[in-house]
Amino acid sequence: MNLFFAALFYFATSVLLIGVGRKIADYWRTPAPLLIPTTPAPTTQAGVVLRMLREVALFESLFKANLWIWALGWLFHVSLALVLLRHLRFFTEPVWAWVGFIQPFGIYAGFAMAAGLVGLWARRFLVERIRYISTFSDHLMLALLLGIAASGLMMKFLSHTDIVAVKTFFLGLMLFDIQPLPADAPLYLHLALVALLMLVFPFSKLLHAPGVFFSPSRNQADNPREKRHLAAWAAKLEAK
Amino acid sequence: MAGPEIKAPAFREYPTVPVMQPGAMEGLKPFIANEKIQADLNFPGPQLAENWQQTHDTAIAKMGELLGQQRALKVYLDSCVHCGACTDKCHYYIGTGDPKNMPVARQDLMRSVYRRYFTLPGKLFPKLVGARDLTPEVLDEWYSYYHQCSECRRCSVFCPYGIDTAEITMAGRDILDAVGYGQKYSNEIIGKVHKIGNNLGLPGPALENTLEGLEEDVLEDTGIAIRYPLDVRGAEVLLVTPSADFFAEPHIDSLIGYGKVFHAAGISWTMSTMASEAGNFGMFIGNYEQLRKIALRVREAALELGVKRIVVGECGHAWRVAYSFWNTLTGIGDGANDPFAIQLQSQLDHRYKQPMHICELTWDLIRQGAISFDKEANDHRIVTFHDSCNVARGSRMGDSPGGQFEIPRNIIRAVANHYVEMAPGTTHEQTFCCGGGGGVLTDDLLDLRVKGALPRMEALKQVVDGQGVNFMATICAICKSQFTKVVPYYGFKMSMIGGVHQLVSTAIRLGDK
Repeated sequence: MNLFFAALFYFATSVLLIGVGRKIADYWRTPAPLLIPTTPAPTTQAGVVLRMLREVALFESLFKANLWIWALGWLFHVSLALVLLRHLRFFTEPVWAWVGFIQPFGIYAGFAMAAGLVGLWARRFLVERIRYISTFSDHLMLALLLGIAASGLMMKFLSHTDIVAVKTFFLGLMLFDIQPLPADAPLYLHLALVALLMLVFPFSKLLHAPGVFFSPSRNQADNPREKRHLAAWAAKLEAK
Repeated sequence: MAGPEIKAPAFREYPTVPVMQPGAMEGLKPFIANEKIQADLNFPGPQLAENWQQTHDTAIAKMGELLGQQRALKVYLDSCVHCGACTDKCHYYIGTGDPKNMPVARQDLMRSVYRRYFTLPGKLFPKLVGARDLTPEVLDEWYSYYHQCSECRRCSVFCPYGIDTAEITMAGRDILDAVGYGQKYSNEIIGKVHKIGNNLGLPGPALENTLEGLEEDVLEDTGIAIRYPLDVRGAEVLLVTPSADFFAEPHIDSLIGYGKVFHAAGISWTMSTMASEAGNFGMFIGNYEQLRKIALRVREAALELGVKRIVVGECGHAWRVAYSFWNTLTGIGDGANDPFAIQLQSQLDHRYKQPMHICELTWDLIRQGAISFDKEANDHRIVTFHDSCNVARGSRMGDSPGGQFEIPRNIIRAVANHYVEMAPGTTHEQTFCCGGGGGVLTDDLLDLRVKGALPRMEALKQVVDGQGVNFMATICAICKSQFTKVVPYYGFKMSMIGGVHQLVSTAIRLGDK
């Protein structure tokens, strides 16, 4: 099992990094031929950075759209961020002070994350319009995330896992030195699901995470009259 | 074509989200462009569809080409998480209840095909991720539902990733054109622009005649000789306006207004036969080369007439193209360092914004005190303002974001005493489309147009009943045409629709100062 999980995580990490890296490179290289910010939009680059910050930290547009989706979605994402940061303690020795500080909040965040996911999933059944647009993979993705949250919480509150050993395993993994992993069902489940999430990331709607930064309607400044904007392939038309 | 009688949907007591009616608008199709119309635009004719394999391969190849050229398309097709934020935002969904008119569902018509041909999970497990093969039925569905979108961008305001369904619709139409499945209305109009110079197909002599008649009418009306000049070399301003302004009601009243503003301010101006159309349906069909080719007429006219300024009349999508795209497409603007654009930009007077909206021009003159008004002349009107989608969400006026909302309102307040806002959530960036934009302003889509107007009509009814509004001003030729056609279905008079410069025209002080 030690070897299996070690191999799995090496594989999942490479797929995640290479897959997402390639996607980002692809987005980066694909030109945006026309300026299409959704206006009113900031007129300066600094303004664009602020708009993007509001979008990714506060979900500004979603807030305008629907308070329920905003509340549940924001709860889930912020909790997930806290939980992820809390997990840094498994990869750092000594643990950074601020990571130590957020540990207790991270526990609440685990529950909040699960609650957000349950709420989001409930909408896919209860709201007619959302039921209509939900695909099988939308449900699977929620099941996967909820499985990760549940198995994680289980290790904390139901059957305690020897997390010191887990930490040894991951610290070892980072140095290509495979250490034993506690033989523990919730842990196996948790790790397997996390690896699965990493594997599907570059091929699924999880690409919304890098995607939002490349969205022309949000990341372009509103300055078309002041500055000429021309894509390389479009410039070639002028040479004709 | 005697179809079933078209009826407006009932006003909703509260603007709740409509009950879903799957299939309500299924199979609705605007007329298909024939071979000749297609050929004029260098698109293949409909006979390509007889060979399915070839159609299929051409469509997928075109999709691949667009994915390589347009970051927006690629990012938008990847990023949607089906959160549902957009589902109740489209006026066509609100008016029809057809779930495929929810922005996300409209996008998914293409996203499902994108997944199948361009992503790994779609190739391996199509069922799991909702991917599907491109079939004749899918193509028909595209044709139907990509012509039930007015590219108004309202959904893009609410999407947490800024996904703009207009971009998907444009790509969809571009692919359809590439396989000979073009829309008659838009493509025929583009053909007319290339051949004759404007969407309505008014040839030069007719235009000259119309403007002479207009000068006589205005003289009779005001006692003042106001000029509506055409093709005057060396004029300071080239006015490019939608061709509907030359003869359609109520459009022409705004054209009269532009002329009075230029006259009162003493600015020399001209229109152009070559660029006798501000509209650019190349945007509607999502074809960059058509968009560019149509825009280049304005560049040519500006160079030929030697004008110093380019001003655009009241037209929504035309202003989006002019403001956001002209600098890119034709070099009309500022801040270029390439010879192509510099040729024109060195001719233009950069103390002024290039291009400039007629409302920017008028508002500047009002602020300088260069023109003045008898506001009482508009006292018989209680005015509200409809923000046109392309102006609101695809452009700007003035120096700061949101100027596109403030400037037209400032003008109205300067020329009329009674002004009323419609409900928040239906104006400014959240404005509802008139229901006729984006290339659907055709009688074969009248049912859709009537239904799509519902949310705007509800907001209008509120201020008509509550505050006695009897005039809805707008700055878009399509809005004007659409509203005059559909408001009677909702029990309003078509005479309550008009332009901002129609109000200006009523109140402006002429006389020789």
